[in-house]
Amino acid sequence: MEKFTKITAITVPLDRLNVDTDAIIPKQFLKSIKRSGFGPNLFDEWRYLDHGEPGMDNSRRAVNPDFVLNKPRYAGAQILLARDNFGCGSSREHAPWALEDFGIRVIIAPSFADIFYNNCFKNGILPIILAESTVDQLFQAVEAKEGAQLTVDLQQKKILSDDSLGEKIEISFELDQFRRHCLLEGLDEIALTLEHSDDISAYENKQKEITPWLF
Amino acid sequence: MTAKTLYDKLWDSHVLRQNNDGTSLLYIDRQLIHEVTSPQAFEGLRIAGRKPWKLSANLATPDHNVPTTDRDKGIADPISKLQVDTLDDNCTEFGITEFKMDDIRQGIVHVLSPEQGATLPGMTLVCGDSHTSTHGAFGTLAFGIGTSEVEHVLATQCLIQKKSKNMLVLVNGQLNPGVTAKDVILAIIGKIGTAGGTGYAIEFGGEAIRSFSMEGRMTLSNMAIEAGARAGMVAVDDTTIEYVKDRPYSPKGEQWQQAVNYWSDFHTDTDAQFDKTVTMGASDIKPQVTWGTSPGMTISIDDTIPDPTEESDSIKQEGMRAALEYMGLTAGKRINEVPVDVVFIGSCTNSRIEDIRAAAEVAKGKKVADSIKQALVVPGSGLVKQQAEEEGLDKILIQAGFEWREPGCSMCLAMNADRLEPQERCASTSNRNFEGRQGQGGRTHLVSPAMAAGAAIAGHFIRIDEL
Ligand code: SF4
Repeated sequence: MEKFTKITAITVPLDRLNVDTDAIIPKQFLKSIKRSGFGPNLFDEWRYLDHGEPGMDNSRRAVNPDFVLNKPRYAGAQILLARDNFGCGSSREHAPWALEDFGIRVIIAPSFADIFYNNCFKNGILPIILAESTVDQLFQAVEAKEGAQLTVDLQQKKILSDDSLGEKIEISFELDQFRRHCLLEGLDEIALTLEHSDDISAYENKQKEITPWLF
Repeated sequence: MTAKTLYDKLWDSHVLRQNNDGTSLLYIDRQLIHEVTSPQAFEGLRIAGRKPWKLSANLATPDHNVPTTDRDKGIADPISKLQVDTLDDNCTEFGITEFKMDDIRQGIVHVLSPEQGATLPGMTLVCGDSHTSTHGAFGTLAFGIGTSEVEHVLATQCLIQKKSKNMLVLVNGQLNPGVTAKDVILAIIGKIGTAGGTGYAIEFGGEAIRSFSMEGRMTLSNMAIEAGARAGMVAVDDTTIEYVKDRPYSPKGEQWQQAVNYWSDFHTDTDAQFDKTVTMGASDIKPQVTWGTSPGMTISIDDTIPDPTEESDSIKQEGMRAALEYMGLTAGKRINEVPVDVVFIGSCTNSRIEDIRAAAEVAKGKKVADSIKQALVVPGSGLVKQQAEEEGLDKILIQAGFEWREPGCSMCLAMNADRLEPQERCASTSNRNFEGRQGQGGRTHLVSPAMAAGAAIAGHFIRIDEL
């Protein structure tokens, strides 16, 4: 997994509540048996004017000029600003895969759906939860100034604006230690768990007495 | 000893290590695997040269992509076929038990596992599918996980998890006739909201819940995720034990008594504390129909479609407007006057034998309205289908004009050939009414099996007692 320490990038504001995983990556694209290549179909139904199917040449499809991700001023965005309950719906990890493949490394929202939130960390994406009023403030700032960049610093757990945003922004965020550590180091969780193989075996041996029908 | 909730007990009995940061290493007793969220997990194992930790903990079946007609001809769509073939190959390569497409036991994972006794009280169960909460009906800690976690469980039989908070949803008193578990869960989501359970594990309790069969409890727990809770659960009682008895994977002989004793503790202690409690009166709940594009947008069959201008929160108001536009509905219209094009009875929420019986009871001796383009009944598993046929339910439904299909997810998410056309309106017994869920531009109204069958007969939503 790619390490995450600090990024400075354009921030794209997606002003919708309850953005679900069906919207993030529509189900027809779940049929791939690979992990990569989902980026061009991120938000497919909103991003293109036609109906997308796997195998299409996405570069030749008509894009929806009104959809925020298609606006030239947000080209190259790596930070996504979102509203409440982002990532609700199915458990598909294709959603963070698509975001990651598109280039998104940070998502900021007042709340996330649990499964999606977990899935982000496993794919090098940092989801940041902030108070609704703070998120509002960021929406306003980002929409007001074209080309403005935000810096997300995971070491310091801070979001900072560059000078172009007029009033300087400095926001702290919370994140549990373990997740922060794994992101900073790009750690493979399976290897970490397998360091406790003896504990797992000991637990199983104990359970064989208590719930033998499960063994 | 401190009093514990059901969730506390399930959690504590499976924690094998606590980390300093508040996460725990949780042991997983059972993993269910299907074709959509597993290929990349197996790929990960292969790349890292890892083997499954405990083969017998896993059970696999294809369900999302399988055709519901002409099975013997195989899967026509090459991409769907590749996923199902990949599952077959992976299970063979790693030695995992799989109920293949032509196996009578094949079906939607959340239907077949309880049916096989592979879901048992007191266990932890996961699957790469958010509706894994279904299995909580058995006093089981069951939740959906992502593909990286599927790989993690395959390789280690554990997950790194943070404990959720405890929420109790009490439905007190008795339900009115004709009100089903589906109506109850929709009413609950309507009350607490689609994010109302985020961060919580929900236990459903109260007289109305206790009176539900296991099928009803599964419908209820199934949709806990639509209220934002990863897990929903119901305490173990005689109904649970009775259901689990004598199933292929259930404990037998001496172990049966040992198991029953062990399971009997999986309920909340009298003095246990919940972080949040929501109480509802059963008699206030009426049959529900969703009107919008989120399961929380629900009203009773007697209601009119809500007016966004009466909502004070501007973001919510905008959401309601967008939903009405997508659904092609106008505020103030009576929901029982809304005509329906397609009816879908199936999905892991409502495709069990009781659901088919409920639909057949409504349809018996009647005819599907001419205006209905398609009325599908898709049983949840091969065994549900077989039992329904033994009871003659298929004949009743076919005579009424319903199509009787092979088991699978089908039009619940339209990954196979069963899907809505743009702007088609569907009365569906599934669990998600998101935009495009049942086909691009399709309009989904979530209802109970009886309500769906009623809509098929009347051609619009209707109170069943008015049919
Ligand atoms: S029936 Fe629908 S909700 Fe259930 S597992 Fe299948 S696709 Fe998911």
